[in-house]
Amino acid sequence: MKILIKNGRVIDPSQNLDAARDLLIENGVVVQIESAIRNPQSAIEFDAAGLIVAPGFVDIHVHGRTPGQEYKEDTATLTAAAAAGGFTTVCVMPNTLPTIDNRSVVEDVLSRAKSEGNGVKIHPIASVSLAAKNEQLSEFADLKSAGAIAVSDDAFPLQDADFMRRVFQYARTVGLVTMLHCEDTSLTGGGHAGVGRGGGVMNEGVVSTELGLRGMPRVSEEIAVYKACALAREVGNKIHILHVSTRGGVEVIRSFKAQGVKITAEAGPHHFALTDESVRGYNTNAKMNPPLRTREDCEAIIGGLADGTIDCIATDHAPHAAHEKEREFDGAPFGIIGLETSLAVSLRTLVENGPLSLPQLVEKMTTAPARVLGLESGTLQVGKPADITVFSPLESWDLNAETIRSKSKNSPWLGQTLKGRVKATFVRGKQIK
Amino acid sequence: MKRKHLLGLSDVSAAEIAQILDTAEAMREVLSRPIKKTPALRGKSVCTLFFEPSTRTRASFEMAAKTLSADTSSLTVATSSVSKGETLKDTLLTMAAMGAGCFVIRHPNSGACELAASFSGKFGHDFHIVNAGDGCHEHPTQGLLDLLTIRQHKGEIAGLKVTIIGDLLHSRVARSDVHGLLKMGANLTLCGPQTLLPSEFGQLDLKMTHDCDEAVEGADVVMTLRLQNERMNGVFLPSVREFAALYGINARRLKRAKSDAILMHPGPINRGVEISDEVADCGQSVILNQVTNGVAVRMAVLYGLLGGEEN
Repeated sequence: MKILIKNGRVIDPSQNLDAARDLLIENGVVVQIESAIRNPQSAIEFDAAGLIVAPGFVDIHVHGRTPGQEYKEDTATLTAAAAAGGFTTVCVMPNTLPTIDNRSVVEDVLSRAKSEGNGVKIHPIASVSLAAKNEQLSEFADLKSAGAIAVSDDAFPLQDADFMRRVFQYARTVGLVTMLHCEDTSLTGGGHAGVGRGGGVMNEGVVSTELGLRGMPRVSEEIAVYKACALAREVGNKIHILHVSTRGGVEVIRSFKAQGVKITAEAGPHHFALTDESVRGYNTNAKMNPPLRTREDCEAIIGGLADGTIDCIATDHAPHAAHEKEREFDGAPFGIIGLETSLAVSLRTLVENGPLSLPQLVEKMTTAPARVLGLESGTLQVGKPADITVFSPLESWDLNAETIRSKSKNSPWLGQTLKGRVKATFVRGKQIK
Repeated sequence: MKRKHLLGLSDVSAAEIAQILDTAEAMREVLSRPIKKTPALRGKSVCTLFFEPSTRTRASFEMAAKTLSADTSSLTVATSSVSKGETLKDTLLTMAAMGAGCFVIRHPNSGACELAASFSGKFGHDFHIVNAGDGCHEHPTQGLLDLLTIRQHKGEIAGLKVTIIGDLLHSRVARSDVHGLLKMGANLTLCGPQTLLPSEFGQLDLKMTHDCDEAVEGADVVMTLRLQNERMNGVFLPSVREFAALYGINARRLKRAKSDAILMHPGPINRGVEISDEVADCGQSVILNQVTNGVAVRMAVLYGLLGGEEN
């Protein structure tokens, strides 16, 4: 089967391409990128006039919820939401039930992706420890051979420096990136849902003081980022800092990168587009961990994305059911969905009102995240799988519960008009409807 | 009153506060009659929903409602379905389906009353919410009764030097007092150790100090806050003894205030901690006036929200 995507502006950071080009797909692979390709017989034409043709977006930080919490998201709705947001590859976090900490759970996630998904690629991330208890290493080598793409402590941040050091040493032995949720929980009260009640539930600051909610101070991230970077410098392994939310975090990463330490980092659209002011009214769709910070932090993250301190954008897509969010702020779970809003929010904040060019933004959503985990994605090079996203940077649309494809609707942008819309998503040359 | 709910004093205007205080003065007159009863809220149903223990606030609301001839019902957490895991939403809707038109809510979580108010009018039932204290957020009727007490003793609130001392970090009373006093034009000083006095309060138009003698100097009103037992665990404060020494109000310290200064406390008092015995019972203490004013203010609030509505 052949598909010819015509008349678009092709942006592929992996080959430094930003030009009017046609793109021919054959048997799921990109076979030609030229100006004005003549339609070979039998090719289905897709007219991309006025649209951007980019590598399929890659999100390396997604909570798939399957297995175990299919009422929040199942594989079908996850992949539908991903395709709607232009994502052709998602990496799913291990805080499932049971935890992704052994071969059989990795295989379960992958087999569901095949049988229940729409074709969007799913890569499981394994827990650094058994049952995410941070007491005993999980079998990194076996997990890797089963298909785990990295290991992570997300949702259950490593505290003990000695155990963190063993994780780094063993991950280096096996050749896996360690993705870290950097939070000193002694300062935040172990705020993460499931870890403990009574901890911080939002950024510590003027708003938390006024609302009478327990705060999570920004320094709790900076300290944890420093600890992880210092240990990685000593061990020599690759670490990836998840969801950077503070100016202090950005500055620590910048200084360690300057020393040549093998660190990568990501930021979520909510962390550079929103502040803790969004929590006013006890809006549980503005509750996530790390929490929304301040304007100063947003600006530091945007600066970090612009100068390369922060490598890529990742959504931390975290679906929760309506009844879980419709309750007292203290008791509501942390997390928001993000797959379907990432492009529009990033376009507005980083390109329209920010320092990034459109090709730079595309890189932060494609080539860069793929490079962080060594994925064969985020490129339109001839011979590579035809994972392609076609979008309009100008088209406006309304985000509401009826149009959201994710099973959960917990978005802080609910009810808003957003600009920048995905028009078509192709995975291995097949358009996902 | 044109409002549907009373969730806090942060969004109540100075004019609205003055109106509530005026109504409360009239209610005090009702309370001084031999037969303390008016038919103002006959046929109205007020439900107190207390998810946290309370004696005075609850009794005060119930007395206020009964004096106005409203029907009252009450739900306590230990005996209700909440202990079986029922959500706030379902508890409210269930009671509303039985006919409750106004909920007075005390809840351990900040923002619970905003959440409760968000359900009104949405599921076939319309109701009023009165915040009787939510987490560390607000306790608006306590703020109002404090304003009423100050007004009665000092006349005008604007221009008075008011000092609030103690655990401002965790105090919902303090937040309502701060909002109310600033709106009414008081010169406000907050005082406590940095562990209990977040620097963020400094964003408001007020003074902050860690020195209690300095805070009390020349004050017209000295308000102390209750130090809750769970805060005395050695993390926020080394000991009760040291807190009492640094921030407790005794006769010596009270002398630094104006000679006609009044001393206030929302109760219940830890005698010998926030306030020494000698000053708790002295002529400058208006703590029991606060309690009496509590009933009058709650009558004014209930009347303002429910009065004049069709049954």
